[in-house]
Amino acid sequence: MAIVKTERHPEMPPPVTQTGVIGWLRQNLFSNWLSSVLTIVAIYIAWQAMSSLISYSFINANFVGATKEDCTGTGACWVFIKARFGQNMYGFYPEDERWRVNIGYVLGAVGLFLVLSDTMKSKKLPAIFLFVIYPVICFVLFSGSFGLEVVETSEWGGLFLTLVLASVSIFVALPLGIVLALGRRSEMPVVRMICVGFIELVRGVPLISVLFMASVMLPLFMPEGVHFDKLVRALVGMSLFSAAYMAEVVRGGLQAIPKGQMEAANSLGLGYWQSMGLIILPQALKISIPAIVNTFIGLFKDTTLVSIVGLLDLLSVVKAGTTDKNWLGLATEAYVFVAAMFWVFCFGMSRYSIWLENKLHTGHKR
Amino acid sequence: MKKASFIAVATAATLMAGAATAGTLDDVKAKGFIQCGVTTGLAGFAAPNDKGVWEGFDVDFCRAMSAAIFGDPDKVKYTPTTAKERFTALQSGEIDVLARNTTWTLSRDVNLGFEFIGVNYYDGQGFMVKKSLGVKSATELDGARVCIQSGTTTELNLADYFATKGMKYDSVLFDTSDEVREAYVKDTCDVYTTDQSGLYAQRSVLADPENHVVLPEIISKEPLGPLVRHGDNQWGDIARWTLNALINAEELGITQANVAEMKSSKNPAVARLLGVSGDLGAQLGINASWAADAIGAVGNYGETFEKHLGMGTQLKIERGLNAPWNKGGILYAPPAR
Repeated sequence: MAIVKTERHPEMPPPVTQTGVIGWLRQNLFSNWLSSVLTIVAIYIAWQAMSSLISYSFINANFVGATKEDCTGTGACWVFIKARFGQNMYGFYPEDERWRVNIGYVLGAVGLFLVLSDTMKSKKLPAIFLFVIYPVICFVLFSGSFGLEVVETSEWGGLFLTLVLASVSIFVALPLGIVLALGRRSEMPVVRMICVGFIELVRGVPLISVLFMASVMLPLFMPEGVHFDKLVRALVGMSLFSAAYMAEVVRGGLQAIPKGQMEAANSLGLGYWQSMGLIILPQALKISIPAIVNTFIGLFKDTTLVSIVGLLDLLSVVKAGTTDKNWLGLATEAYVFVAAMFWVFCFGMSRYSIWLENKLHTGHKR
Repeated sequence: MKKASFIAVATAATLMAGAATAGTLDDVKAKGFIQCGVTTGLAGFAAPNDKGVWEGFDVDFCRAMSAAIFGDPDKVKYTPTTAKERFTALQSGEIDVLARNTTWTLSRDVNLGFEFIGVNYYDGQGFMVKKSLGVKSATELDGARVCIQSGTTTELNLADYFATKGMKYDSVLFDTSDEVREAYVKDTCDVYTTDQSGLYAQRSVLADPENHVVLPEIISKEPLGPLVRHGDNQWGDIARWTLNALINAEELGITQANVAEMKSSKNPAVARLLGVSGDLGAQLGINASWAADAIGAVGNYGETFEKHLGMGTQLKIERGLNAPWNKGGILYAPPAR
């Protein structure tokens, strides 16, 4: 009988409405009438919001030229940002010396990459480089000594200053915060009281008043002729402030580790520092990654508060540019540009933290 | 009684000792530059240009001082200061002179321990309206809606002014000057009030500056001037007479361009000021050509005004009160003799 099909029917692709872009759209955006309506409304709202932003910052914007007169379009005047780009990036750092900052950036990027990524098996060497040698190199490079022209910190500014403020504060705050967190959980009353006192005192006042005290009150208490560098004062204030926050974040992580872990470590014969360093802290820090990065991102944005003490960080240097009589009335461009720059850095930090969480997840992940 | 007089003597002795030891001029000469406090950016008064060089009306005062002392206007380092920390910076010796459009008041002069060395800009609260309203004077503003930045003395001055004139107004309050400007543009109010220099700066930012007019009335006194620390009279004198020299130069017709020729002028006042005759420089403890150097570096008062604030700039500020006393203003410098 010839009605029996002997050969196998060729495999057909799934219907076009179930795969690819169309399938995805059907499944996720238009699966029923309610989500279809919501999708269309959402697209409409997004378009309304985005179209003016896009036409302002791209379509009608001015990119070419060197003066405000070249800004003839109705959109943003990016010529302003371009003409003052060097100043926005480096502040008043002498143009001929800016290569030093760039070298610092490159070395920092290499060091960070080696420490943060998985390219090197042992991280001991890169870590020593990044946390011990690199700060010294940067100090010599940026401020100038050993034959390099001295550049005073009052000439530092722009994105460079923002990065210096943020990285020094992060660099100091994390270890100091861990020590404070351990101290707060210590069984020695004096240590505990000092740590609790410090954390509660510093955390209880706004950063702006810490900066203000450091910059305005401190010089009045100093003997005449003794001046602390303004930047150093701001750095100390910011570092101590963020250390207090960091301490509470790390303490949260420490609380989450069951008591049994410490007891198990003790029963293995490990001392306090060994059990902390080998058993407790690696777990505690791992679960506090999102909160730590959260604090870092907050800290990075808080650097703009130094404008109150007359340091020209990225935000204030761009704003100072808008008061140049040749570039009046460009405040919107300044804010949009600064917001974009901050977003890039904060988003980068956030992505790294997600990557790190995924790499380190060992069973706690839901 | 005895105790009180002892304290008075001790205080006087300390003050004198302070005056004797404080030698800002020597310090400045030793380090080779003047540390000058300016704003963190105010259009026309002080702002960094594209090259990162500070420019403006207040900056030019520091440059003039530098020229008077060193013969070179560029031996100045600028410290951007905010409104809150400017006084500490001067008190603690972080800066040598503060040229940061600061209003001269009694408590600042006396209580904070500063010495205002003169007025380089007479400011005061004024009004801006749209030309289409046809208003020529603030006395015609009865019943107007006025945009103000909240929490400033502007509010109080405004209330006082309208009360004394027996006029009514509606105030519309905003937090920042940018918001006030937007509201004014969008016709939320008829009048925009703040310090006149600020009004001119805001007007220059509008899309159609020519359609707005700043009314002539000034309803508050805001004399802005540079200041130095109490207790170093020589340094204060140098600052004071640098400013006076620039003002006198305008009166005497000495400009940046003709300062060299004017040295051979027959006018004895010009010869004295430019150091050709007399010993004014020696009395101040600086070069004989101090005033000539200062004028040659930045121009006379009128020239710096025109360069940074005047009709040739976007700010388009009229001289008004800041014209010389013999040309309708109140700018009056004591003679240099």
